[in-house]
Amino acid sequence: MTKRPTFFDEMTGNTDGARRPYQPYEAWFRSEDLRELRKKSIEAERFFRRTGITFNVYGQDEADERLIPFDIVPRIISGREWARLTKGIEQRVRAINAFLYDIYHRQEILRAGRVPAELISRNEAFLPQMIGMPPPGNVYTHIVGVDLVRTDEDEFYVLEDNARTPSGVSYMLENRETMLQMFPELFSRIKVREVKDYPVQLRRSLAACAPPAANGGCTVAVLTPGIHNSAYFEHAFLADHMGVQLVEGSDLRVIDGRIAMRTTRGYQPIDVLYRRVDDDFLDPLNFNPDSMLGVPGIMDVYRAGGITIANAPGTGIADDKAIYSYMPDIVEFYTGEKAILKNVPTWRCSEPDALAYVLDNLSDLVVKEVHGSGGYGMLVGPAASKKELATFRAKLESKPGNYIAQPTLALSTVPILTQKGLAPRHVDLRPFVLVSPDRINITPGGLTRVALKKGSLVVNSSQGGGTKDTWVLEE
Amino acid sequence: MLGKTAGGLFWMFRYLERSENTARLIDAGFRIALTRPDGADDEWASVLQTAGVADLYRSRHDELDAARVIDFLLRDTSNPSSVMSAIAAARQNARLVRTAITREVWEAVNDTYMILKQALARPVAPRNLPGSLAMIRQQSALVRGALHGTMLRNDVFDFCRIGTYLERADNTARILDVKYYVLLPSISQIGSSLDNVQWETILRSVAGQRAYRWISGGESSPIGIADFLLFDGRMPRSLRFSVGKIATNLSYLEREYDHRHHCHDLVEALSGRLNQTTIEHVFEEGLHEFIVDFLADLGQLGAQIDRDYRFQG
Repeated sequence: MTKRPTFFDEMTGNTDGARRPYQPYEAWFRSEDLRELRKKSIEAERFFRRTGITFNVYGQDEADERLIPFDIVPRIISGREWARLTKGIEQRVRAINAFLYDIYHRQEILRAGRVPAELISRNEAFLPQMIGMPPPGNVYTHIVGVDLVRTDEDEFYVLEDNARTPSGVSYMLENRETMLQMFPELFSRIKVREVKDYPVQLRRSLAACAPPAANGGCTVAVLTPGIHNSAYFEHAFLADHMGVQLVEGSDLRVIDGRIAMRTTRGYQPIDVLYRRVDDDFLDPLNFNPDSMLGVPGIMDVYRAGGITIANAPGTGIADDKAIYSYMPDIVEFYTGEKAILKNVPTWRCSEPDALAYVLDNLSDLVVKEVHGSGGYGMLVGPAASKKELATFRAKLESKPGNYIAQPTLALSTVPILTQKGLAPRHVDLRPFVLVSPDRINITPGGLTRVALKKGSLVVNSSQGGGTKDTWVLEE
Repeated sequence: MLGKTAGGLFWMFRYLERSENTARLIDAGFRIALTRPDGADDEWASVLQTAGVADLYRSRHDELDAARVIDFLLRDTSNPSSVMSAIAAARQNARLVRTAITREVWEAVNDTYMILKQALARPVAPRNLPGSLAMIRQQSALVRGALHGTMLRNDVFDFCRIGTYLERADNTARILDVKYYVLLPSISQIGSSLDNVQWETILRSVAGQRAYRWISGGESSPIGIADFLLFDGRMPRSLRFSVGKIATNLSYLEREYDHRHHCHDLVEALSGRLNQTTIEHVFEEGLHEFIVDFLADLGQLGAQIDRDYRFQG
């Protein structure tokens, strides 16, 4: 007796044909020559290398600028599916901002006992410096990346909220640019919603949060840790596309209560700083004293209304993996509605019952470090060897509070182009959300990450994942 | 514009110019070594001296061997003036100023880097050398073309040009200085013919052999060549032309920023000197002395531009 495939394939819906959103594409694909398509695939790689869309790998020299592999088969989402997703994302992002405001002010949710107080007070991502300080426009998370996975026709789960400095949006834009260059005819055949306005929207959205000290105009700048940072390309890309300066800590200093950048005409004040530097490195006077990446005193300027920092410091408390399991409660608490998007059931290993269950079912679960990111320090039970399981068991037993566990989700698949034609691979989706005081803007699409290895469920680029263009259809 | 960005543009174009100049020096040295094997050692020594890396070379190698010198100038990444080092440094600066340059300029520089990295992955055999050097020149032309065809004519462009011409003036002056002993002995006999191969090398290393022939009517004299490289305002690698360009671009900055800096006074003085001096006067006072003074002034000008436009703080 053979087991039926249990993974939902977004192209076929596990039938012989194609699901409706994929039908026009599939018809086009069948009429194409496979060899030609493979050639295009190689062309795409050359395109990416020329453009410099590379990421640096930490600890390796400059020669090792890597490409994130790009697959030329798009991931397609119908207009109807997208409408539902955006509703859920918007609700969630509103709740996250309300939660942050509350956590740094009256802490109603803790008083109501919906989230345990010690989860906040003992959390490194909680910044006491932010207490009682409303950020300009009351926006904490100007940019959010919500990681979604799909398990069925109608089932979407939020895997993780990225409320600090989500990255990957440059890939969303460049993937589309690449597809437009390689397959212009496809876009005249199939109406795909555009993503190219993102940088303009981002600038507008940031400028809408100007600090009290700004008078009239609004000077935006992007703060990068520098040329050796793994995401430097994206920082430069965003600054370039927004038409704003890309600055480093060494370009900035505090002058007359403002953060000013050193220009060829002298120092000029910045109103909104889109920083791609972690909280800890932002201000050596207030946080990590060894940081060379930030600006000494920027927190004091911020608190006095001299600058807007985006995202606000301290937003990490909202996307902490320990907080994640409380998100359904958080959404309900602030919006008065049930959460539209599902949370993945999560066992908090700090709780003895949960830990016992996790240890008993280790080979079926995914275990994550509470503070980890990038797919490091993670165990995928079903794919792990006996030895890996044993090592992880020991880690869990010694520091249970460091971990959460989730069931292994049956991540949907989308085909990629291989030597032998189309083959299904697991994917996730990161839509990008812009928050300004009066509206929430979600770019139709996002970054689809795909595990290129057959059967693999890990889509992170640092672990050999690739990306796809993501299409939301006009309807 | 950020001061750091201005500095990045300035250095990006200095390095690009340097890579091209080093390639031309190799080309000229290679040519001479082919035609007169017995004088080759002297020639390579003067090439190293012109590139300002003679000491560095001697600290690495005992012998003055053509293959080693070529490899040192072309590929050795421990030599900061090698073609590969200069291109890598230019690209690193281009990454730094990615937001200030157009996609076309960035891609031209990035392409150049990738192509050279591949082409220079292994030592270049003598028979492939002319091809490799031609490719380097072509890539430089590509970057220049992208710059001219796609960039706004604003302060960004000015800093690119200032870097280019500062490096170029420096290079031409060095070539003349290293070679002045070739030009010098016959100076008393104006109009005497010169060691053909030697003066061809000088002109070849500044891509000026054909142009000079046109201008001089086929007759070459030491004083004529020196005049051509120092003072001919039509020659795009002469000192007068290069300094004139620096002065013009600095004056654009003065206008755009509505602010005059000390570097404007320096460049005015320097270009005034070049405009008022004659070649006869230079030879009377000494070509070497003239060039030493010029290089010092140029260095001072570069440092002043760095300060005035806050490249570093």
